[in-house]
Parts: sequence; C-alpha cells; structure tokens
Amino acid sequence: MTAQDVNRAGESSRTSLIYDPRVRSIFFQVLLILLLVFGIWWIVDNTIENLRRSNISTGFGFLRGRAGFDISVSLIPYSSDSTYGRAILVGLVNTLVVAVTGIITATILGFLVGVARLSRNWLLRQIATVYVEVFRNIPPLLVIFFWYLGVLSILPAPRDSIELPMGSYLNSRGFYFPRFIWEQGAWLVFAGFVVGLALTWFVARRARARQMATGQQFPVLWTGLGLIFGFPLLGFALAGFPLTLEFPVAGTFNLTGGVNVSPEFLSLYLALSFYTAAFIAEIVRAGILGVSGGQSEAAAALGLRPGKVLRLVIIPQALRIIIPPLTSQYLNLTKNSSLAVAIGYPDLYAIGGTILNQTGQAIEIVVIFMVIYLSISLLTSLFMNWFNARIALKER
Amino acid sequence: MQEHDMSWVRTEMALAEAPPRTEAGAGAWIRKNLFATPVDAILTIFSALVVAWFLPQILNWSLFNAVWTGADRTACLTVDQGGSLPSGWSGACWAFVNAKFGQFMFGRYPIDERWRVILTAVIFVALLAPLLIPRVPYKRLNAILFFAVFPFIAYFLLVGGFFGLPYIETSLWGGLLVTLVISYVGIVVSLPLGIILALGRRSKMPIIKLICVIFIETVRGVPLVTVLFMASFMLPLFVPPGMTFDKFLRALVGVALFASAYMAEVVRGGLQAIPKGQYEGADSLGLGYWQKMGLIVMPQALKLVIPGIVNTFIGMFKDTTLVLIISMFDLLGIVKQHLSDANWATPQTAKSGLVFAAIVFWLFCFGMSRYSIYMERRLDTGHRR
Repeated sequence: MTAQDVNRAGESSRTSLIYDPRVRSIFFQVLLILLLVFGIWWIVDNTIENLRRSNISTGFGFLRGRAGFDISVSLIPYSSDSTYGRAILVGLVNTLVVAVTGIITATILGFLVGVARLSRNWLLRQIATVYVEVFRNIPPLLVIFFWYLGVLSILPAPRDSIELPMGSYLNSRGFYFPRFIWEQGAWLVFAGFVVGLALTWFVARRARARQMATGQQFPVLWTGLGLIFGFPLLGFALAGFPLTLEFPVAGTFNLTGGVNVSPEFLSLYLALSFYTAAFIAEIVRAGILGVSGGQSEAAAALGLRPGKVLRLVIIPQALRIIIPPLTSQYLNLTKNSSLAVAIGYPDLYAIGGTILNQTGQAIEIVVIFMVIYLSISLLTSLFMNWFNARIALKER
Repeated sequence: MQEHDMSWVRTEMALAEAPPRTEAGAGAWIRKNLFATPVDAILTIFSALVVAWFLPQILNWSLFNAVWTGADRTACLTVDQGGSLPSGWSGACWAFVNAKFGQFMFGRYPIDERWRVILTAVIFVALLAPLLIPRVPYKRLNAILFFAVFPFIAYFLLVGGFFGLPYIETSLWGGLLVTLVISYVGIVVSLPLGIILALGRRSKMPIIKLICVIFIETVRGVPLVTVLFMASFMLPLFVPPGMTFDKFLRALVGVALFASAYMAEVVRGGLQAIPKGQYEGADSLGLGYWQKMGLIVMPQALKLVIPGIVNTFIGMFKDTTLVLIISMFDLLGIVKQHLSDANWATPQTAKSGLVFAAIVFWLFCFGMSRYSIYMERRLDTGHRR
C-alpha cells in the first residue's frame, strides 16, 4: 500500500507541470497576451503604413479646421465657417435632443400600453396586444422610413398647409408652431415656478410628518398643483403679461416665423418612441405581473381602494422589477438614434460621417463615436443604477 | 302501513339548474369584460371608436381599394394626378410590389442564375424544418448538416465559380437573400462565440476575463451602426496594403461580432442561474473543465435562456436592415432603393413598399418568437416552483 502511494505521488509530481491547473492557466494567459500584442502590433503597423501612403495626418488637430458644410437643424449657433469640433458638438446636441424627447414619450406611452394589456377590458387589451406585437416585430429603421417616406413626405406643400389649432401648421417641411417671445420681467414667471416648487416640497414634508404623528391626511396633490401653477401665473400677471407669440405666416413658398420642427426630427422621434414603447409596455406588464397576487389581496383586506392599492403597494414593488430592463431600453433608444443618418437628420453619427468623407480621419472619428456613445451609455446606466438603488428593497 | 312508509331514494342525479341569466351567455360576457364599471364602459366606447375609425381605413387601403396589377405608375394614379382612378382615391399600390417582387427577393442576382438561390432556400428549409419539429429523429446528424455542411453547400451555390457555375459577385446580391444570409451567418457564428465569451467572462484567469469584459462592454455600448462603420472604413486600414476584403464579408464580420457580445450576456445570465451544487457535483465526479461545462452546466444554462437567445436572434434579424447604411441592399434597402424608381413614383408607392417589407419582417420575427414560446414550454422540466 505504502509503496503504491509513494509511487503514485512520485508519478504525479513528475507530470504535474503539464497537468497543474495553475501552470496551465498562466501558460494560456501568457499565450493570449502574446497573440494580442502581436495582433495589435500588426494592426498598428499596417495602419501607419496605410495612412502614410494616403497622406493622412493623424491626431485631433483637424477638429479646429473650418467645416464648410451646413447643418439643417442646430440648437446652438453654427454656420459653415464654424470648426469641425463645433459641428460634432451640434451633432451631439441633436442626438441628445432626440434621445431625451424619445425616452420621455416612449416611457409614457409604454406605461399606458403596458397597463392596458393587463386591463379587465377585453377590447382595450386586444388593441394593446396588437400594438405591441406589431411594433416589436418590425425593424426600427423600417418604422422610421414609414413615417418619413410614407406619411410625412406626402403631406401637402407649404402653400396648402394643414391648419391645426393654436396657430400651428403641418406640411411637407415639418410642423410649425408659434414661437414664445419673452419680454422684460419674464424672470418673475420663472421665479414664481421655483417658489411654487419649493413650497410644494415643504408642504409635502410637513404633511407626511403630520400624517406620521397624528394620522391626519392633507391634500398634498391639489395644494401642490395650485402652488406650482399659481405662483408663475401670479408672476406673469405682476410683470404685466410679458409674452408675445410669433405666429407662423404662410408665404408663397414657405411659412415664415414661428418654430419649425423638421420632418426628419419628427419621423425619428415618432418612430423611436413608438418602437421603444412596445418594449417598455412588455417590461411594465412583466413587472406588474411579477408582484405576487397576495400583495394586492392583503392591501384590499386592509381596506385600501383599488387606486391606492396600485399606487402604494403594486407600483413600488413592480418598479424594482421594471427599472433594470427599462435602463437597457433607454440605452437602446439612444443607440438607435444613430439611425437618423438614413433619413438625413444631422445627429452625431451623420455629422461624423460627413466629416470623415471630407477629411478621411477614420480612426479619430471612430474614436470620437466610441467615446461619446460609451459615455452616454455609462452616464445613463449610472443614473438608473442610482435610481434603482433608491427604490430597491430595503432589507433590514 | 309499514310497507308504504318507504323513504324515497333518488336513483339518478338531478339535472343541474341553469345558471342565473345574469351570469351566462353573451350578455354576461359583455357586461363582465366590457362594461364592468363606468370607467370600463367609457374605455370600451373609446376603444370601439378607435377601432371603428382605423379598421375600415386599413382594410380599405390594403385590400378593397388596392391596385393589384399594373405595368407602371399610371395604374396607381388618380385622375388629377394623370391616372385613371377616381379623384380622392387612396389605396395600396400592390402592383408596384408585384412588379418588383423578383428584385425584392434576389436583388440584382442574375435572372438566369436565380435557381441557385431557390435551390439553396429549398435545402435550407428541408434541413431546418426537421430540426425544429421535436418528433423527427436523427437530430444530431441533422444539426451537423445544418450548421456545418450547409454553409459550404450554400457558399458553392450562391457564390459559384466552381463546377461550371458562373461566379456571382456579392455586390449583386440583395433583397431577402442578403437579409437571410446575414442572419444565418450571424446566428451560426454568434452562439458559439457568445458561449466562449460568456465562459471567458466567468473564468478565473484574470487576463482572459479582462479581455472578454472589455470586448463585451465596448461592443454593447456602441450602436451597431458604429460597428458596421468600423468594419467598413477601418478594416481596410488594418490590413497590409493590397489586401482587400469583400464588403459583404465585412458586414458579416461586423454583425457577427456585435451579436456575439449580446449573446454572451444572455448566456452569462443562464450560467449565473445554475446552482453552485451543479458545478461542485461535476467536480466531485472528476470531470474536467470542458466536460463539466459541456455535459452538466451548459445544457441546463442554455435551456434556461432560450427566450433570451431567441430575442437576440430576433434583434439581429431586425438589425440586418442597418447594412443599408454602409450601402448594401437587404430587403429594406432594396425596397427603399426602388421607391425612387421614376416609373413607379406615386404618392402611395412608398407606403405600399414599406408595408410589404414590414409584413415580411413581421412574419419572420413573429414566427421566431412563437416558436421560442413553444420550445420554452416543452423544455420546462420543472425548474419552476
């Protein structure tokens, strides 16, 4: 026995170098690093050679050069004399505008549809199901084209614009609505808004403290609405109504004045909102279904009304299930906004492409894309993680 | 007297009484499902109005008022626009789809050689159908044929250049052909690559783990458009001068890498859901790493994440449309390209072509999602408590 054992031990120590998992793991990792370093060296070497051949200078110096192209939609001052860096900034702002407006609309629509899918009302449920199944199963790019080519571009020409209420117009050049021009003293309105908001926060705190102490409730919602809308109105009146509206006026070939929302933006915004809302609806539905039935029964047994059961018991628990997948939908929407390039909305990607065609700085442009998109993703997920941690189950 | 004092015993069951009239029949169903509360009634009326407004319009546009045949744009124009249809007409111009159908399916693939595409499609279906139906035997052989042999057959048939088949450039490919080829390659490459990346991310070797994490997070953080853009603009810079890649191949590489990063995250979810006891059990049986993963962990993990895998496939199928941006023509791209055909320029052309493309995409995606639900139920062998 002993002899055998010794023998075995000797055997294993002889072969251990190949069969030792630690040695193997180090070997494979070193191998991988060598391969990677070699691969990167090969790529860098080739790239330098290729760039030298085509006379492209490297570095981000080109960002200070004159852009020389116009951008149709820009929220910050820009002209063709501005720099490339400025053009990229315009693109980033445009991307963010689409992403933020799209996220807000998609969330509202998605919650409505998701709740409608769980409604006891048969007809409403069917409509919501059809909506979700249709939009989940077609590509977002197709939805964008449908709005752009199928709906908005066959609207009448500016001469025969469709008139909408409140002095707005709809035609093949987009949507026109009156521009708000604030005059002197407008800061009072804003100040009133801030004061109303602060007072509401204060009232809500006091009301909660009182309810905790005495059990008496206070109508926070109505008071808050009154404060938030009342103070700005008061400020508006005090400053002597410092607002004029600049209405769009129909000319021979175009509408002048007012604010114009381009059809490119409208198509992208509508398509991304409708498309993402279908996914958010499914997430909301799964979240609400994920709260166990005992919770709502227990709440009902305590004597809460259905509305309060939903608000105080179901939704806070459902949110915990909803938030993580909702985050990834928000990220998807932001990334899908790069489809703007297909219809010519000047987002970050489209402008980057134009600059690439003019300067040939492929590597720099792609680096800029990656850095910006990655930081948007990272910031969004950081915010949503913070929000998630706030509403997460507090285990004591 | 006593003879007559027998208690009466029922020998057959009494017939069930009819339910109360308020609880049975169509009336009760309507009351319960449509008019339970005043709010419900308002919602019902509102929804009914929405349906009554949209449904006739949709049906009229797509079926009753639609133009099915025609040689050119005049078939789909109203009198004011220079055609023969009554003024104010609005309907689908299916004649456009009809005339372009071959293009939409095959792109610019030479007409004389289209039989090769059709033959490939027939083989594809013949191999796929028995793979999807659980009762058909020889699954292993079938899978090998489908995933390992079929790609070569398809390559020979579609690209040609062998056995007297003329060579067809990939720049001539288009339409549904491109959509399906990209999706198939994406699926076949991304699943194994995704599994390897997921294993790498959970590996105990720090460097392998780091590399996998960096790859997965970078790819997931940027839009597919950027990945395709990289594949089409930067790949040529990375290789020695003179060496060129086919544009189609570059798109394939881009889509496959992108999908595998997403697949890796799905598989990782499954790996995390497997209890530690399974790993330890495998270890105590003396299985090596690959045996443990291949025989014990993966079969359970993959089964858990079938919905996620299919969702990734559906996402990828929809994402194939983005190759349009690097100017390749998949189904959506070719439809869009033909929308600008002057012979067919009518106000209804764009809508009709896009609705046709939407229906095709919808059928594929909806089919995939239904199949995944079916498979999920079949494989559900009691993980649920």
